[in-house]
Amino acid sequence: MKKSSTYSRRDFLKSSGGIALFVGASGILPQLVSCSSPEEIEKVLEKHEVTAWVKLSENGDITIFNPASEMGQGSMTSLPMLFAEEMDADWSKVSVEFSPQESEIYGSPGWSPGTKMMFTVGSRTTNSYYTTMRTAGAQARYVLLHSAASHWDLPIAELSTKKSKVVHEKSNKEISYGELVSFLQMPASLPEFSEGQLKDPSDFQLVGKNIQRTDIPEKVTGQAKFSIDIRLPDMLFGVIERGNLHGSKPTLLNEPEISASKGVLKIIPLDYGIGVVANSLEEALAAKKKLAIAWSESKASDHQSQEIYGSYEKIAASKDPGRVLTEKGNVKQAHRLAAKTFTSDFKNDYVYHAQMEPLNAVIKVSGDLGSAEVWVGSQQGFDTKLGVPEILGIPPENVTIHLQYLGGGFGRRSMNDFVEECAILAKEMAPCPVKLFWTREDDMTYGAFRPLSLQRLTASTDAQGNLTGFSHVVVGDGGGLVASGVQNDHYDIPNQFAEWREASNGIRIKHWRSVGHGPNKFAIECMLDEIAKDQGKDPLQFRKRLMKNSPRALATLVKVEELSQWNKTTASDRAKGVAFVEHGSLGSGVCEISVDRDSGKITVHNFWIALDAGVIIHPDNVKAQMEGGIIMGISSALKEQITIVDGKVQQSNFHEYELLRMEDVPDDIETFLISSNSHPEGVGETATPMVACAIANAFLTLTGKKLRHLPFTPERVLEVLRS
Amino acid sequence: MANYKLEINDIAYEVDVDEGTSLLWVIREHLGLTGTKYGCGIAQCGACTIHIDKTPMRACVLQVQDFSEGQKIRTIEGLSENGDHPLQKAWIASQAPQCGYCQSGQIMQAAALLEENPNPSREEIKSKMNGILCRCGTYLRVIKAIEMVAKNEIPSNS
Repeated sequence: MKKSSTYSRRDFLKSSGGIALFVGASGILPQLVSCSSPEEIEKVLEKHEVTAWVKLSENGDITIFNPASEMGQGSMTSLPMLFAEEMDADWSKVSVEFSPQESEIYGSPGWSPGTKMMFTVGSRTTNSYYTTMRTAGAQARYVLLHSAASHWDLPIAELSTKKSKVVHEKSNKEISYGELVSFLQMPASLPEFSEGQLKDPSDFQLVGKNIQRTDIPEKVTGQAKFSIDIRLPDMLFGVIERGNLHGSKPTLLNEPEISASKGVLKIIPLDYGIGVVANSLEEALAAKKKLAIAWSESKASDHQSQEIYGSYEKIAASKDPGRVLTEKGNVKQAHRLAAKTFTSDFKNDYVYHAQMEPLNAVIKVSGDLGSAEVWVGSQQGFDTKLGVPEILGIPPENVTIHLQYLGGGFGRRSMNDFVEECAILAKEMAPCPVKLFWTREDDMTYGAFRPLSLQRLTASTDAQGNLTGFSHVVVGDGGGLVASGVQNDHYDIPNQFAEWREASNGIRIKHWRSVGHGPNKFAIECMLDEIAKDQGKDPLQFRKRLMKNSPRALATLVKVEELSQWNKTTASDRAKGVAFVEHGSLGSGVCEISVDRDSGKITVHNFWIALDAGVIIHPDNVKAQMEGGIIMGISSALKEQITIVDGKVQQSNFHEYELLRMEDVPDDIETFLISSNSHPEGVGETATPMVACAIANAFLTLTGKKLRHLPFTPERVLEVLRS
Repeated sequence: MANYKLEINDIAYEVDVDEGTSLLWVIREHLGLTGTKYGCGIAQCGACTIHIDKTPMRACVLQVQDFSEGQKIRTIEGLSENGDHPLQKAWIASQAPQCGYCQSGQIMQAAALLEENPNPSREEIKSKMNGILCRCGTYLRVIKAIEMVAKNEIPSNS
């Protein structure tokens, strides 16, 4: 495997010899371009966008272009694997580069029919690119077959491919893809390749294998480039002071002092902050420290995050209905006719993304302000140019995005506010490039958090103990940010109802890994254990009965029962807890915990997961996603908490916002992947929401007490133990 | 502005910066050794871990003038000539990194740990590595990689 790297769009064909195969580009005629003829490249570039999915060289080297962001989830390997599988490429000859950011060409099907999108969010990458990448790979293979057929003057139907070779078995002839380069010719048209014409999953040679990830070698030598690592000639450094009260407007009180500060080139006031551009990073940061700013009041000024739950309880209890999220049967009647009803509230504080690379971007605006180049680690967006054209008042085609590795995303980098800020600063400083740098304090204090929310659940059972009704009120800010994951399609509960009631506090909020699934699965899965306990039933057996009409979900539960040796008695100071989560893929998880009753500290000793994600492209990477998702889940469930006092964010850095460290990791996280030929589903967000509920359920078994407020800090645990 | 001489990865560098400038900004922005990362600026995350005379330290809280008198500074770029330090091989074999941002710090901390104690227990590994944060949650694979080196169990094909 050769080192992958990013490349300048206009240079990428020139960088080496070989032939670019222009396939898979909608609306553009497929064609071949020789990469050794600069004039020809220029001619093609004038007519078309660069639309290659793959580049072939005479020596057999193959470059495949990855259209998704790489933030550690493995897209730089799994998507090219799909392409190479259908192309029958020899993986040892493959290297991978990011594709240009052009969604018409490189997008996968978007959320509304007929649209395309380059947006690495919602665990959609593998699911949405599965057919796109395979089709493009099959088309590339077809071009190779067609060319070999012409070269040999043989019918295409008699040819086959294998490991970067076209083979004619009858005559025992073969030619490598590299040797074919000089004979390549484009067919008049390319077949579309319906699903049925692509390989059957049981014939996959590469997909399903544990090959090494393409991005890892350069990530162990420090050579992998994140946008924070970009250095350009004449580059300037921008910083912005945004305060700790979201929505507040600044007035700069010491402009002369800042202007005179060493290295400062420009002060750029924004609605919500004061920008400073300087010659060096240390000069920019020194000037930022000296800023004297008067901050206005804002909508958030009165917000006290730890006292707000009383008002959320009132909203949950009020007669005013919210927005209906899901409705099945007649839940009111079920509650009315119930032999028994259960009601519980669940709460969760704000949490912060804490991606290890603080936000940053580098932008160079041309001297005439007519074009721009952007170096950034972004989860992209509906607009693949990330808002830059609007800020500069130039057409999208004049903005080139050089996507870099992301030092973590978790949803924060799907919001491109930092890219827009950088464009504002870079426009002022054109033609010098500007690196916009967020300190950790900026990143945390001006974060966009998973919203604080409250879940009120009411469940009813009939005289036989059957679960007949389940209603779920979510109170919080941000609609989908708090509402996702309320539906219980895999539990056979005849009457279900869920609604969202808005409570807005002026705090910046954003998708955070698993989004509403975190708080909502916590509530749902804890409620199930509460009912099972009341009925004296084993919580896992209780769920099995509820899943009787959902065989795939049930299979994960049955498997994790075996994997975790659920029925085996654990040490007397330990207990197990179970939870089920659907987030595209279906997963059941079991944890084993203990509690220090003096300190209130919970320790998670083990985690077992059984996952059904359809076709598994890259098994070891799916396991890595499970491990990471569980550890992020433990971190957030036990430790993480952003608090707001008088509207002001109280945490500024990792000494105040603690993440799980190595000493607190479980001994083991074991994942079993259930074999399936179904269309692949995302795996990045299925593990995290299992954790809080599995821990709380284990805690209920261990202590008989209910943890109902995230995070389960030692203080809260002690409070619950004493209650 | 003053002139400082630094010895990094056995190469002599000179840099003109103000006294008090963070060694991290010097290494990354002035000298272009960007494998060492910024994560917090207050020695809480360990992403900027480098070796100074073989001791692992957080570059973000060090000042340039204190390290320009012949101290031997080593960054991830100087850990091995061809990226083939046993830890780097083990990191690949265990497929440890996800986003990768913290991994230079993890590897540099681990290298210093093994220099001092070639066969650490799991508890010793956890305790010595505890200062390096990883948000992607790669800790178990990091431990596995370190144990691979300690037990001399790196697969030859990696």
